[in-house]
Amino acid sequence: MRDISDDKDFIIEMQNVSKLYGIRREEAFSMLRKGADKEEVHKKTGVVTALYDVNLKVPRGKIFVIIGLSGSGKSTIVRSFNRLNRPTRGKVLFDGVNIVDMSKKKMREFRREKIAMVFQSFGLMSHRNVLGNVAYGLEVKGIKKQEREAKALEAIELVGLEGLDESSIDSLSGGMRQRVGLARALATDPEVLLMDEPFSALDPLVRDDMQFELLSIQRKLEKTVIFITHDIDEAFKLGDTVAIVRDGRLVQVGTPEEMNANPADEYVERFIESADKAKVMTARNIMIKPKGMVRLKDSVDRALRTMRRHGLSSVFVVDSKLEVKGVISLTEALRAKRKGLKIADVFERDVNIVEPDILVKDLMPMAIDSAYPITIVDKKGRLKGIVTKASVLSCLMMHSNEEQEEDNTHI
Amino acid sequence: MDKIFEFPFIINFDSEFVDGLVRGFAANNSGFFDSVKSALTALVNSINWVLGYIPWFVMIAIVFLAAWRAQKRLRSGIMYAGLMFIIGLFGLWELMNLTLSIVLAGVFIALLIGLPMGVLISAFGRLNKTVRPILDMMQTMPVFVYLIPAVIFFGMGSASAVIATVIYSMVPAIRLTSLGIRQVDAEVVEAGRSFGSTPAQLLFKVQIPQALPTIMTGINQTLMMAMSMVVTCSMIGARGLGNEVLIAVNRIQISRGFIAGGAVVILAIVLDRLTQGWFDSEESLKG
Repeated sequence: MRDISDDKDFIIEMQNVSKLYGIRREEAFSMLRKGADKEEVHKKTGVVTALYDVNLKVPRGKIFVIIGLSGSGKSTIVRSFNRLNRPTRGKVLFDGVNIVDMSKKKMREFRREKIAMVFQSFGLMSHRNVLGNVAYGLEVKGIKKQEREAKALEAIELVGLEGLDESSIDSLSGGMRQRVGLARALATDPEVLLMDEPFSALDPLVRDDMQFELLSIQRKLEKTVIFITHDIDEAFKLGDTVAIVRDGRLVQVGTPEEMNANPADEYVERFIESADKAKVMTARNIMIKPKGMVRLKDSVDRALRTMRRHGLSSVFVVDSKLEVKGVISLTEALRAKRKGLKIADVFERDVNIVEPDILVKDLMPMAIDSAYPITIVDKKGRLKGIVTKASVLSCLMMHSNEEQEEDNTHI
Repeated sequence: MDKIFEFPFIINFDSEFVDGLVRGFAANNSGFFDSVKSALTALVNSINWVLGYIPWFVMIAIVFLAAWRAQKRLRSGIMYAGLMFIIGLFGLWELMNLTLSIVLAGVFIALLIGLPMGVLISAFGRLNKTVRPILDMMQTMPVFVYLIPAVIFFGMGSASAVIATVIYSMVPAIRLTSLGIRQVDAEVVEAGRSFGSTPAQLLFKVQIPQALPTIMTGINQTLMMAMSMVVTCSMIGARGLGNEVLIAVNRIQISRGFIAGGAVVILAIVLDRLTQGWFDSEESLKG
């Protein structure tokens, strides 16, 4: 690890933090000090070791990812930062202030002002609508209704849920719910965002969207994000710094590149290897949600509006069952508007339609020929997503690079 | 040989002595018990006074609208209004008001004690362990047993009836409130805490609203338990429909018994459906 001596670069520091559950903790501590592992300790004393002697520093304004398997103690670490879990021993310094022995009142102020959390299964209140959930943190702070709703609306917009502020939580999809969770955490304008496996309950496509969203929000607001995951791909994609925990101990901390180059031990190495599973990519892996589509019966104006709103040069045309019929380009739509034609008269029927399990390398010829994105549909012909030319090409290039590297090692 | 079938020891329980103690306690504190009694009687009388000022057709209209609103069907409105009309047809309207005032007073006090108790128990796990056997006992004790101390402390009349009703009907309010709060999703509670809620904010803004459907079921159950005490309470001087049933039993008048009993059933059904309907419709609003 790089050695940064100026402590202003770090916002949170953990010093010798341990968390033990049970009665005979003293005994357990002395066993752990002598190098016993957690199974031994549990068998002898009945004490459960969630964390033992963790030291780490979280850089300010960056994404710090903590990765580990379930039961490794990563959730305990993240909950120590806002004291939902109080460490048995050790210090957690936030800008130099130890939060472990803060008074309850100070703690509440700290949670209201400095730190917010996003939860794995969202932790949203079903009795409140989106706005009520997002405004919660401001509400407990005692901010007036008008002001807190204005701020909440800003946060809702930031996560891309504008117009849904009156919706009930039950009516939202998983991805949208987690956007509400993110908006709720951002609404109080905290310095640190804790995220406890926020995307692991989402399906892969939505997860990619959310990761992208988080990255762009983080880069924009420059908040410190502490992100928990068990997925090494996610960790390397998001993390400026990655920490690996195992059995309640910190195994390695570093940038993804450093870890790739020098894994600390076999455990880390195995973890990293598991990331390399994307050898056989399918369309499903690289498809994205189409930003806009129009129905056959819609007006040409509507198609134009959709394109303008999303900045597209073409949109897909679907029938009332969401079955893909074709695509209409900006030029065609403008021509139709001039001549008073309908969408049905001008749209292009000849589009590439494939199912999601097709291999990306098989998409290559289509990507080269077609002027439009490739359409991915399910078995019933309904639009599932699109694959752009650029993503096909970049995916294949990545692969050929990897293959070359492998060849080199063989020589 | 017969010896082995006999229980070898029987203690000489001096029930006279214990009863005397209880009576003495009641007599010594008669000032306190009398003031409780007059407060309860006043509560019942004022509810009855209010009910007496509502003309029958207004009451039926209220039931009609409430049922219509609660179940979102015109048919239910007509049905429950019709059932209430039948009570009036048999000349039991005033008796129904008397019964209703005792039941409502009992439910009111049961909730006043039961809901905060439930909240308290949910917060302290150890308290839960202590209170649970007491609640079990309150629920399984034959209801007639409550009548005896109620009479000793509060004499015959509606005050005793309210006390017996409160003890018997309070249990589901306590149980379901504490259950509802403990069942709130742990992450939702953590989320509330993570934003710096005070314990009171957490309780009133997160836990209680999230537990509301379960708490409402508890309230509904309390109401139903209170209705089931109507006839029993008439034995200690509660007037109303229960008393009609009791008289009919004593005189072996079949039709009088069934008519008054039927009125109790109708009242119970209407109260049940109206309260349940409101809660269901709240849930469906969310969904």
